[in-house]
Amino acid sequence: MLADLLHFFTTHWLGQVLVILAQCLAVTVPLLVSVAYMTYVDRKVWASIQLRRGPNVVGPFGLLQPFADGLKLVLKETIVPSSANKVLFVLAPMITFITALVAWAVVPFDDGWVIADINVGILYLFAISSLGVYGIIIAGWASNSKYAFLGALRSAAQMVSYEVSIGFVLVCVLLCTGSLNLSKVVASQAGGFWHWYWLPLLPMFVIFFVSALAETNRTPFDLPMSEAELVAGFHTEYSSMTFGLFFLGEYANMILLSAMGAVLFLGGWHAPFDVAPFTWVPGVVWFALKIAFLLFIFSWTKGTLPRYRYDQLMRLGWKVFLPVSLFWVVVTAAMLQFGGWVPKG
Amino acid sequence: MELQALAFYVFAAITVVSAAMVVGSRNPVYSVLYLILAFFNAAALFLLLGAEFIAMILVIVYVGAVAVLFLFVVMMLDINLTELKQGFLRYLPVGATIGVVLLLEILFALGVLGASKGTVAELAAKGVPVSSVENTRALGRVLYTQYFYLFQAAGLVLLVAMIGAIVLTLRQRPGVRRQNVGDQLYRRRDKAVTVVKVPTRGGVR
Repeated sequence: MLADLLHFFTTHWLGQVLVILAQCLAVTVPLLVSVAYMTYVDRKVWASIQLRRGPNVVGPFGLLQPFADGLKLVLKETIVPSSANKVLFVLAPMITFITALVAWAVVPFDDGWVIADINVGILYLFAISSLGVYGIIIAGWASNSKYAFLGALRSAAQMVSYEVSIGFVLVCVLLCTGSLNLSKVVASQAGGFWHWYWLPLLPMFVIFFVSALAETNRTPFDLPMSEAELVAGFHTEYSSMTFGLFFLGEYANMILLSAMGAVLFLGGWHAPFDVAPFTWVPGVVWFALKIAFLLFIFSWTKGTLPRYRYDQLMRLGWKVFLPVSLFWVVVTAAMLQFGGWVPKG
Repeated sequence: MELQALAFYVFAAITVVSAAMVVGSRNPVYSVLYLILAFFNAAALFLLLGAEFIAMILVIVYVGAVAVLFLFVVMMLDINLTELKQGFLRYLPVGATIGVVLLLEILFALGVLGASKGTVAELAAKGVPVSSVENTRALGRVLYTQYFYLFQAAGLVLLVAMIGAIVLTLRQRPGVRRQNVGDQLYRRRDKAVTVVKVPTRGGVR
């Protein structure tokens, strides 16, 4: 009986499809729950920074607040502006949300815990994260509103600029690893937190994190939706669940980039010390803790820093990060070549 | 195997249809969106061939950067559709000629038109078999050894194109006030703020 079942799930096409669906659900459901609770944690962190209490009415400690908000958004009326392009207007939030979810297919949660262990994992993540901009541009254009359009243009310029330096950061990591496979990237960082890439590639880690803030349109780079100038930027015209999808997509993207940071620089599923009490904890827990740590820095930044001016944003991207990261690629390659640390393979 | 064939026909059909729609759709923004769809399906076709590196690079470069900038420009244009239609017949011969030339080149490269030396099939037979080594590694090996000079030449061509684009758009306008970041960062509180004790009903002198 058991052998029959095993046979069905490993060889029959229907069984394989069911297994893949189950894997997708096993990733997506916890992810959506974390997205919901990230909105809660975010608000709690800002509240603490501003000496407030944050959401504390719905449920114990306000823990049911995300669900109350979600329910409220679902029950509201979806308003499509009469001069908007209806198909693209509805499509845009879906693109934002879906691109934030599909990238998780290649993220390794633990040794061997990955849906698709592909050879070009880093490139896949980079490709998918560069697609997020389409949801925003299309939203801005389809709304047929000047605020939304200005927000979309800002966002497009910003995301394209910062992707370049993220690309060079990824090149540095893959030079050190010798592989584009994310599981191998994590495996090459084994043995204690001083083996993780944040230490040898510290400037790259900083550039990666700042670029991640810009990629996800978070403060201090939230110019595409700066409320003082553009009302709400590209999602000015959105209401109800169409707005909700943008909101959830933003948080899903934040979690995704934190996961990227954890995989590339913080040793993925590895414990910080390679000795007994730390190695008893399952790898997926360490991975979640690292993501949570990066997400806390996201919230902390939002609670602390004022918004950049647009020319400062462009200057930082093109005149500071691009030369520095390009220079660091050369330095890393030279160090590996002449220090005799070229990864074997 | 049938599944792979089915996937090929689906992706190929979508590529061809969306490529036709790039030319045929009335709204230029739709054209760019169809172009993106065509790129995506071309990437899927590369994946079916086992060329995962090229597939990802296609998505990163064309979908992630080039098409974004296309969309950026096209959205800001105020295009009159009737004017576009008037030009269509006039430019048709030029476009058709370019299309035919490209088609002939592809057929030559594939060796369909009789040439036997230097065809794609011949070069592929010489190289490393696709399945034995990761194709990122395989590409790196030929690109930095056998085709090193051609690779560098391609880089130089791109550099020249970049300089050309910068020169074309560079212009010095007099009387433009610029941000001087150094000055802004070195500005200290005592240079910008003076504390004045204001006497009652006296005002600030």
